Amino acid sequence: MGFLKQDNFKRDVFLGIVVWLFLLLFFFIVPSAGIHDIIQKVFILGLFAMSLNILIGYLGLIAFGHAAFFAAGAYTLGLFLQSNVVNILGSLSIPIAIISAIFVSTVLAAFIGAICIRLKDIYFSFLTLAFQMLIYSIILALVNITGGDQGLMGGFPKPPFLGIDLGKPFDFYAFTIFISIITIILLRQLIESPFGYGLRMIRDNPERPAALGFNNQRHKLIAFIIAGSIAGLAGSLQALLDVGAYPEWAFWAKSAEPLFMILLGGMHSFLGPIMGAFIFEMLNDFVTANTRYYGLVLGLVILSFVLGLRRGLLDWLLIKFYRK
Amino acid sequence: MEIFALFDCIISPACLISQTAGGLKIGMLLFLVASGLTLVFGVLGVINFAHGALYMLGAYFSWQVMAVTGHFGLAVICGAIGVGIFGLLFERLLINKVYNADLLVQILLCYSVILILDDLVMIIWGDEFLSGIGVPEVFQIPPLFIFDAIIPPFHIAIVVISMIVALLLWLIMTKTKFGKLVRATAVNPKMLEALGVNTNVIKAGVFMLGSFLAGLGGALAASLGSVVSGMGNSIIIESFIVTVIGGMGSIGGAFIASIIIGMARSFGAVAMPLFTDGIMFLIMVLVLIMKPEGLMGKKK
Repeated sequence: MGFLKQDNFKRDVFLGIVVWLFLLLFFFIVPSAGIHDIIQKVFILGLFAMSLNILIGYLGLIAFGHAAFFAAGAYTLGLFLQSNVVNILGSLSIPIAIISAIFVSTVLAAFIGAICIRLKDIYFSFLTLAFQMLIYSIILALVNITGGDQGLMGGFPKPPFLGIDLGKPFDFYAFTIFISIITIILLRQLIESPFGYGLRMIRDNPERPAALGFNNQRHKLIAFIIAGSIAGLAGSLQALLDVGAYPEWAFWAKSAEPLFMILLGGMHSFLGPIMGAFIFEMLNDFVTANTRYYGLVLGLVILSFVLGLRRGLLDWLLIKFYRK
Repeated sequence: MEIFALFDCIISPACLISQTAGGLKIGMLLFLVASGLTLVFGVLGVINFAHGALYMLGAYFSWQVMAVTGHFGLAVICGAIGVGIFGLLFERLLINKVYNADLLVQILLCYSVILILDDLVMIIWGDEFLSGIGVPEVFQIPPLFIFDAIIPPFHIAIVVISMIVALLLWLIMTKTKFGKLVRATAVNPKMLEALGVNTNVIKAGVFMLGSFLAGLGGALAASLGSVVSGMGNSIIIESFIVTVIGGMGSIGGAFIASIIIGMARSFGAVAMPLFTDGIMFLIMVLVLIMKPEGLMGKKK
C-alpha cells in the first residue's frame, strides 16, 4: 500500500497547515463568536458527512444509520468526562476521552457493519436504520445513565492538556479545526490509496474485483468501520462543543443531515461533503435569522438540487470549469 | 424491565383482553398507512419516505372539513380523498422524475417534501397542537366491558373499518382488471407497454391509492389524538418496520406484520414501558438478519 507515501501527501500537509493558519488568523481578523461557531460546526459536521461519503460516494452503499456512531462518540465522551476517572487522569482526560469515543464507535461500527454488509441495496439501508433506531431506543431507555430524553445534562469538566484549555473559545476553535484537518488529510490518503480505488471498483463493478481475488466484503467492512470511527470523532467534538449529548443525535433525522450535505456539496469530489456542510450551516444561520420556516427553505433548496442541478455544487463546478 | 408485570397481565383476563384490543387497534391503524407504503414500493419500486407526511396531511384535511361541516364521516372521507388527489399531483410533478434514479435521490426528494409539508401545515394551520376531530356521536356511548376489560366502541369501529379496507384492497388486487394490471406493472412494465397499456396511468393510480390509504390512516388518527406538524415522522418509521417485516411489496405480509407490531407495542408498554419502540426495532433487526425478504416477501 502506498499509504502516506504518495506525492500529494506533502502537498496536502502543506495546504492543511496553510488553511489552519489562515483560519487562526481569521479568528482575530473577524472577532465574531457567531462566525467562529459556524466554522467549528462546518468542520465537525463536515467530518461527519465526509465519513458517510466513504460509504455513499466511494462505495455506493446508502447507509442510513450513520448518526448511531456520531451519538456513540458523543455519549462516550460525555459519560467518560462525567465519571470519576477524570480525577485520576487529570490533564490526560480529554485526549483519552476522545480516543475512547473513537474506540467505542469503532467497535460498534465493526459489530453493526459485519451484520449489515451482508445485505444489499435497500435492505442494507433499512438494517442500518433499524440498528440506529435500536440504539436511539436504548439511549432513551437507560435513563439512569444517559439522562433519557433530556440528554446528558449537568455538563462535564474540560481539564486543560498540553497548554490547551478547551474552555477558552480560541483554544477550542484551533483544536477542533486542527483535529479535523489531520483527519481529512489521512482520509485523503486512504481514498487515493489502492484500498480507496478498490472501493470505487466495488462500487462500479463488484464482479471484477471479486474475480481479481479481492475480498469485497472485507473491503466494505473496513470502509464501514473507518466511516463509523470518524463519525464517532465528529460526535465527540460536537459533545465537547455543546458540553452534553442529546438523544436526537441518534434519531434517524440526524442521519439525513449528512445526506443533505453530501447532496449539496457533491459526492464525487473529495471535499464535496465539507463544502456541503458549509452550505448547510450558512443556510441554517441565514434562514433561521430571517424566518421560522427553516424546513420549508431547506426543502426547496434540496428539491432544486435534486431536480435542477442533479449533483452537488462542488461536483458541478469541477465538471463545469475543470474536467471539461 | 418489568417482566412480572407482563406475566401478571397475561394471567388476568381484563388486562389480556384490553391489551390485545389495544394492540389490534394500533396494528390495524398502522396497517392502513403501511399497506399504502408497501403497495407503492411493490409496484413503483420507490421508497416513499414522504408517506408519513401524507398521513399528517390526511389528519389536517379531515380536521379542516370537520371544522367547516362538523360531519365526522365526511371529514374522514374528504381527508382520505384529498390526500389521494394530493398524492396524484405529487406523483405527476415529482415522483415520476425519479423512478429510475438512485435510492439516494429518491430518499432526498421525499425528505425535502417532508420538510416542506411540515412547515406548510404550520403556515396554514399554525404550529399549535390542534385538538383532534373527536369521536362521532354514534360512538359516544359507554365503553364495553368484557371480563372487566374496558373497550371503547370506537376502537372496535376503527378495527372493523381497517379490516374492511384490507379486504377491499385484497379484492381490488386479486379480482379486478385494475389489480391484474397493477400486478403486471410490478413484474414487467415494458411488456405491458408493448401490449398497449399506458403504465404511467397505472403507476399514478397506484400512487394515488397509496396516498389515499395514508390519508385515511391520518384522518382516523385525528379522531384518536391531536393533530400537529411532524406527526408523520414516527408513523413513517413504524410503517417501514411493518413493510420490512411483512416483506417489501407484500400487502398480506404488511397485514400480519402490523398485528405483530401492534401487539409488541401494546404488551411492550406493560413489560418495558421505556423500551417499547426498542422492541419494534429489535424485531426489525432480527427479521432483516434472518429473513431479509420478510415474512411474505419474494426472494430476490
